[in-house]
Amino acid sequence: MNTMNMLLATPELWVLTMACVILIADLFLREDRRGIIHMLAMVTLVFAAIITMRADYMTDGARSALAFGGAFIRDPMGDVLKLFSFIVLGIVYIYAKFCLRQFRMFRADFYTLSLFALLGVMLLISANSLVTVYLGLELTSLSTYALVAFDRESRRGSEAAMKYFVLGSMASGMLLYGMSMIYGATGSLDLYEISLAITERGTDDLILVFGLVFLVVGLSFKLGVVPFHMWIPDVYHGAPVAVTLFISSVPKMAAFAMAFRLLQTGLGELHGDWQQMLALLAVFSIVLGNLAAIAQSNIKRMLAYSTISHMGFILLGFLPGTPDGYGAGMYYVIVYSIMSAAAFGMVILLSARGVEAENLDDFKGLNQRNSWYAAIMAMVMFSMAGVPVFVGFFAKWLVIKAALESGMVWLAITAVIFSVVGAFYYLRVVKLMYFDEPMTEAKIDAPVDFRAALSLNGIMILGLGIFSSSLIAVCMSSFGA
Amino acid sequence: MLSNWPILSILIWLPILGGAVVIAAGAQRASMARLLALVISALTFVISIQLFTTFDTSTAAMQFTELHPWIPAFDIQYSLGVDGFSVPLILLTTFFGVLVVIAGWEVIQDKVHQYMAAFLIMEGLMVGVFCAMDALLFYVFFEAMLIPMFLVIGMWGGPQRVYATIKFFLYTFLGSVFMLIGLIYLYIQSGTWSILEWHQFPLSLEVQKWLFIGFLAAFSVKIPMWPVHTWLPDAHVEAPTGGSVILAAIMLKIGGYGFIRFSLPITPDASAALDWLIIGLSLIAVVYIGFVALVQQDMKKLIAYSSISHMGFVTLGLFLAFAIFQNTEGGRGAALGVEGAMVQMISHGFVSGALFLCVGVLYDRLHSRMIADYGGVANSMPWFASFAVLFFMANSGLPGTSGFVGEFMVILAAFQANFWYAFLAATTLILGAAYSLWLVKRVIFGEVTNKEVAKLEDINAREALVLGIIAVAVLLVGLWPEPLVNLMHSSVEQLLAHIQQPKFTGAGF
Repeated sequence: MNTMNMLLATPELWVLTMACVILIADLFLREDRRGIIHMLAMVTLVFAAIITMRADYMTDGARSALAFGGAFIRDPMGDVLKLFSFIVLGIVYIYAKFCLRQFRMFRADFYTLSLFALLGVMLLISANSLVTVYLGLELTSLSTYALVAFDRESRRGSEAAMKYFVLGSMASGMLLYGMSMIYGATGSLDLYEISLAITERGTDDLILVFGLVFLVVGLSFKLGVVPFHMWIPDVYHGAPVAVTLFISSVPKMAAFAMAFRLLQTGLGELHGDWQQMLALLAVFSIVLGNLAAIAQSNIKRMLAYSTISHMGFILLGFLPGTPDGYGAGMYYVIVYSIMSAAAFGMVILLSARGVEAENLDDFKGLNQRNSWYAAIMAMVMFSMAGVPVFVGFFAKWLVIKAALESGMVWLAITAVIFSVVGAFYYLRVVKLMYFDEPMTEAKIDAPVDFRAALSLNGIMILGLGIFSSSLIAVCMSSFGA
Repeated sequence: MLSNWPILSILIWLPILGGAVVIAAGAQRASMARLLALVISALTFVISIQLFTTFDTSTAAMQFTELHPWIPAFDIQYSLGVDGFSVPLILLTTFFGVLVVIAGWEVIQDKVHQYMAAFLIMEGLMVGVFCAMDALLFYVFFEAMLIPMFLVIGMWGGPQRVYATIKFFLYTFLGSVFMLIGLIYLYIQSGTWSILEWHQFPLSLEVQKWLFIGFLAAFSVKIPMWPVHTWLPDAHVEAPTGGSVILAAIMLKIGGYGFIRFSLPITPDASAALDWLIIGLSLIAVVYIGFVALVQQDMKKLIAYSSISHMGFVTLGLFLAFAIFQNTEGGRGAALGVEGAMVQMISHGFVSGALFLCVGVLYDRLHSRMIADYGGVANSMPWFASFAVLFFMANSGLPGTSGFVGEFMVILAAFQANFWYAFLAATTLILGAAYSLWLVKRVIFGEVTNKEVAKLEDINAREALVLGIIAVAVLLVGLWPEPLVNLMHSSVEQLLAHIQQPKFTGAGF
């Protein structure tokens, strides 16, 4: 069992190799040939997806397998999350190419940094030891700090990156501190061995619970749940929209996986302790995220607060501590990434040359300018609000079911009431698009791959709702439910 | 011919997919969109007639059932079926589906394809509500229906449309999320989403009460009952004519249908324990809202309040049963109450739909809904006046019109329950007549005080066709209600037999 077994990490090694290849290739490419970089990145994702899907024979038919002396795990949950990371990142790249070209920022750094971040995400998803968790986390974080400051001329971007970096480092510090205490209490870094040690020695250990608190703080920061959410609106607002698009989608899946690995695989015995903490974090996030989003006139900030509330909903999935609950959380995070990508895709679409369509008013009268794009945005908004038959409804439904199964009826009721509050600001976007007159008659134009990706993204939101069974089944079976 | 076809699925998906086709094909040519919408809605109506003729009235069992797995991981099924409660409402839906297309023919000139598609999609979703036998499927249709209505009010509505439509959406959304919690709770307890299995699932009285309140939150807003009715006048006033028609004629009925399908059979003991609440609120709606209707200056608002008052009869008729069981042997009157409520729903569908169409006719010409702006319309629009008088008479419950049958049955049943219930309910015969006929006097008859009114043109063939068809339906149900009552009789008997059995024996906890 404790062998290197490097084959299991083939997707990670492939992404690492390609990130380096792109880094070097950029040195030899003229500026007008940068399209090749985009193609290379897309090829990376396609092959990474194929390698991940062909994983069965590497684990000899077992559900999961370990590598690198138990520090790395390959299991169905990890494979599904990685697969969706590739899919969503592929969509992100298509949107980002159009966006970066418009803003004259089409540089290879975006691709190398985001591929390294993806590598961190993959590591985090497959982490089975505290060290791997930390490595994956730092790789993701450092790459995204740099991405936020991607537009060197933007003061807001630099400020956001600085804020993100300082707060993020502090959170990493908290996490490390918690890890060290857990190591002290259990004598192991391996998550399986930690859980074995806890079963053996009992949960009545102050250092252990102390360590758990610090872990949860670190996790909350990475997820961006109240009261550790302060960085989200500023970073979403300050970063170039292509970067916001990236931050709001792929790393969320890693944050979910990290929470699952640490809390369930490692500290599952402490379920009673962390359940209370997560319930409070969830309710604060759902309440504050939805209320604060109403007051926003900037769509990036509005979506930032909406993210906070969605992360609160994802935490609901953790409460019962059952496979069904984790499956619900995983389904939510995948669905959220898809919706979020579509929402920021629309923001990119409406950005005229060099000016970001940041304000809600930029959506005015979209139905008259182009009814198909308006329909996509309307589907995204209704889906985020949790109105059936869009996919967001099924995600909300599953996590509310999880909250009810853990016996927290008050929490479920709070969650649904504030999802109605949240519906208000989503409806406001629909109102701007459908009921108001456009402020400009400028034609909405985008390259064909962008239009195809956006349409596909919109259809996914409807199609995954009507035919929701397959994705739900995949998420549920990932946890053996 | 159609007997082997999944007729319910066709009734749901034909309009929905048809709506998508109208959006795609009618974007360039409005006339194409209108024609396509008419063909699709007419076809749907014809198929629903087939449903009506092949429906077996002798049994209360679900018919035309369809069952396919939808989300097997949680036993959610695409499960459809109809009984005596659903069929009349489905017919009403498809009937008005055709009429709103015709009614919007020339009136809507802006984004015609989206208007027609919204109504077609809404029609399919509403039929879905009446067919769904799986609770989550029901909820999906129940909620999804809000989206096209939200857009219809907001895009083609009056000056305050944004306020009205957001209020409408959030109000109904808030109500239904409480029901969602109840549904999920029931699933966790019973392990199934099948509504029919839930009918048999034992529950303790306390749990039943909480579930009842959850259902009440959703359906009382939808129907709407006093005091959660305030979204309705706003939505009605601001909606375009077609939107008001569908809202009044069909969407409100979904609340009543919800009581029949969920509240009564799933939580019968809670319904029995809390029937005083529903009866009280219903009587307040009948009497108090009747008075409110009397003082309205705006015709659409008056009809909206009259709708709330009439829907009070529906909830009253449904929940009288428990008092009647205590007072009489066998509870013959209880069936009268429930059947009266159903007839009242159908009749109110026809009458309120027709009234909103009448106001629409006037509004299209003079662009005012204020009573004060009219007077003596009969002089310039004699044909219109005769239709309008008929519908307002039906609204006040004139014998011979459909409005009379339902109200009379409910009042008769109320006598079996309690004299004072009947007394208060019967005040509607006075109040309804007062606000309806006073409106007729002020708008239709009298001197022509406004020069604009003198220049009004009478209804054209299209408007006459729409109003004429509804007039026939109103008179038919009024003079010969038997086929309608027969249609639902077995289902009513079964429902009443079911709700007399206590459910909390051997409750899970």
